[in-house]
Amino acid sequence: MSAVLESHDHSHDHHGPAKGWRRWVYTTNHKDIGTLYLWFSFIMFLTGGCMALVIRAELFEPGLQIVEPEFFNQMTTMHGLIMVFGAVMPAFVGLANWLIPMMIGAPDMALPRMNNLSFWILPFAFALLLSTLFMEEGAPNFGWTFYAPLSTTYAPSTVTYFIFGVHIMGASSIMGAINIIATILNLRTPQMTLMKMPLFVWTWLITAYLLIAVMPVLAGVVTMMLMDIHFGTSFFSAAGGGDPVLFQHVFWFFGHPEVYIMILPAFGIVSQIIPTFSRKKLFGYTSMVYATSSIAFLSFIVWAHHMFTVGMPLAGELFFMYATMLIAVPTGVKVFNWVATMFKGALTFETPMLYAVAFVVLFTIGGFSGLMLAIAPVDFQYHDTYFVVAHFHYVLVPGAIFGIFAGVYYWLPKWCGNMYDEKLGKLHFWLSFVGMNMTFFPMHFVGLAGMPRRIPDYALQFADFNQIASVGAFIFGTTQLLFLFIVIKTIVSGKKATAEVWDNPEGLEWTIPSPAPYHTFSTPPDVK
Amino acid sequence: MLSKAIPCRLWIGVLLFLSLTVRADWEVNMTPGVTEVSQQVYDLHMIIFWICVIIGVVVFGIMFWSIIAHRKSLGAKPATFHESTTVEIIWTAIPFAILIGMAIPATSALINIYDPSESDLDIKVTGYQWKWHYDYIEEGVGFFSNLSTPSDEIYNRRDKNEHYLLEVDEPLVVPINKKVRFLVTANDVIHSWWVPEIAVKKDAIPGFVNEAWTIIPEPGIYRGQCAELCGKDHGFMPIVVEAKTQEDYDAWIAQRQEAAAKERELRDKVWTLEGLMARGEKVYATNCAACHNADGSGIPPAFPALKGSAIATGPIQNHIDIVLNGKPGTYMAAFRSQLSPVELAAVITYERNAWGNNKGDMIQPVDIANMQTAE
Repeated sequence: MSAVLESHDHSHDHHGPAKGWRRWVYTTNHKDIGTLYLWFSFIMFLTGGCMALVIRAELFEPGLQIVEPEFFNQMTTMHGLIMVFGAVMPAFVGLANWLIPMMIGAPDMALPRMNNLSFWILPFAFALLLSTLFMEEGAPNFGWTFYAPLSTTYAPSTVTYFIFGVHIMGASSIMGAINIIATILNLRTPQMTLMKMPLFVWTWLITAYLLIAVMPVLAGVVTMMLMDIHFGTSFFSAAGGGDPVLFQHVFWFFGHPEVYIMILPAFGIVSQIIPTFSRKKLFGYTSMVYATSSIAFLSFIVWAHHMFTVGMPLAGELFFMYATMLIAVPTGVKVFNWVATMFKGALTFETPMLYAVAFVVLFTIGGFSGLMLAIAPVDFQYHDTYFVVAHFHYVLVPGAIFGIFAGVYYWLPKWCGNMYDEKLGKLHFWLSFVGMNMTFFPMHFVGLAGMPRRIPDYALQFADFNQIASVGAFIFGTTQLLFLFIVIKTIVSGKKATAEVWDNPEGLEWTIPSPAPYHTFSTPPDVK
Repeated sequence: MLSKAIPCRLWIGVLLFLSLTVRADWEVNMTPGVTEVSQQVYDLHMIIFWICVIIGVVVFGIMFWSIIAHRKSLGAKPATFHESTTVEIIWTAIPFAILIGMAIPATSALINIYDPSESDLDIKVTGYQWKWHYDYIEEGVGFFSNLSTPSDEIYNRRDKNEHYLLEVDEPLVVPINKKVRFLVTANDVIHSWWVPEIAVKKDAIPGFVNEAWTIIPEPGIYRGQCAELCGKDHGFMPIVVEAKTQEDYDAWIAQRQEAAAKERELRDKVWTLEGLMARGEKVYATNCAACHNADGSGIPPAFPALKGSAIATGPIQNHIDIVLNGKPGTYMAAFRSQLSPVELAAVITYERNAWGNNKGDMIQPVDIANMQTAE
């Protein structure tokens, strides 16, 4: 209260960031926290990527040569967990932190201290999880889907670290989601009605509701595991009256919305980028909002399509098959709208646009294989093969990850005030594009030919395509060091960017200078 | 094996490669298999694949045409249209109609696979870490089926054979043209019993029994693998199904029944130390060496050494207990019902007298049999 009475000069001291490490640990500024999230997720992306390279190195040829099956299983498990919870989700939260306040004309996030907390518990969660690698019994080795009883009765004792790690990650995500919802619903500049919000804000609003709905379910299922392991319950053990399949139902009730949590914000990013580089308004804004909402709703009633082989009754199989097929409709609408936006535009292909176009094409390929997997009788042949691995990597790598790359290239000049090197950006795109397709396209073939997933060694007929995939993985992996170089180079020595950066882009974030000042929109801006 | 532009190029690339390389195996598609169901599944897979290809060609065609023709560098001026309710309704309705078209054959295939009619032969399939057990319920025949690929091939000390990792010591034998029902369950964690050529994949869940069936029309050997991550050796528990004519099958089952009778005889006779040691070495190689190593050195800390261990050189009753009942909370499984009394007695005796563990004591199969039934 006394601060109000102090002179103007004094209160000015609080405007700039603190110096040194205190700035980052104590910060409540949405831009700082966004930066922290993005760097953290990039470190996790490289960590999870190294694990993927261990997997691909072992699978380069048949036989066991580099790692033992025990360690191989730890690598597949940790790769999945780190990429999902450590790389993709925090990257999107980082983008949300940076962009949502600037897009809706808000001075900051609605709950800045909670914002700080939700980031700073993440390093502890991952320290817990990663520390298991150095323990005697090794890291979790039961797959990122951790099916009971492999993850309970038959798990290494380090599973308890994993459970607490997941609890903390869940708490972080829930706090982040609450913050995003509170910000979007309360801090919009008065003229920005819901149906005037940029699509990135819309997709994140819907994603945040999905997070609040399903992260507690994940926390519930790991708590049930904890009880089974340490407190003598039998949720997932038939011997005590429980059911291992119950685990899968609860897990996938979280897990399926989770995959949309990892893709909806990317839909939003691409919906911002394609109009800018097509120099044309986004086609079908309203239907995009409705399509995103329908996808979110449907994501709650399709979970058992991950479980077609567990022995569900016919009626269950049919219901989940039909519901899953339905998702193709709103997803198709989105793709058609993007294509219609590009149609008769005036297109240029800067790096963000290249990533966005690749997103549309390759995500759609992942969508097609998703539709094939939805057909229950055929899924009996696809289930748990490399065809599934190819499918979800096609929606996650050129989907979520390319979406994030597109967003970073698009907004980086706004964040740091400098332009990235366009030549290097394009090189990064083409190497990633070739590497990624070389890695994951052959997986469709070996999967259909009958190679199960999560095996450290395979029959001879799968050798050739696995070799190609491994070479592709190393190309894709090393290319990401180039991305690190490009970002650092931009921050340190890029040429100055204008406030608009691009050719007449739409959105409030382009009305403020580049780099964006530490505090923006202290007074609500006008919206056209 | 999906659709459109890039895949097309890849297909061509693959075909080119095929013509260039003689020995390379570039299998790119699902097997049509040998049964009516597998053929139906394959046809459905191809129908949906081609529908996706056509949609892909149309959508990406329009997109790439925009990319090529509507470039700013070519002087394109952006149009200003940005919404049309009619168009949105059309491109919601058309995919919906296509989906109904897909759902119809998919539903009929599923109903066919769920056909509950009576079977001619029931086989209980039990998944263990990391092998399969087959029980011919009516016939009273049961046995384990283990990976038979030698570890020298796995560790690249010897050339790999044609059926590397897809070969077992005892295949599942079934008669042709009979409806065989599989009752699938598991003893420890979840496994999944999958043979692509008969399009059967069913999860083996401990404590529950799932059903699947097949009618194989021609004799042959069909190979598959466990499809659900089940721990360390998930990649090393293949499935081999041998379909035989009715006469061959009858002869085989008679021979198995005879062998079972002989096994009972062996159980009741008095064994010598040498006899048990010789038998025990084989049992150890198939059941124990994966974790405890052929020379008894183990893979500490998860898999302790047996050479000189307190269990293998201590009181024999403790040794018997741990082999029979396993050790909860560790990887050590209970072998009580996995091995026969002869095998159990042999392997315990072997462990106490091999690798310098010269205890000199032994246990008779008949004593083990009494312990098995007593508890």
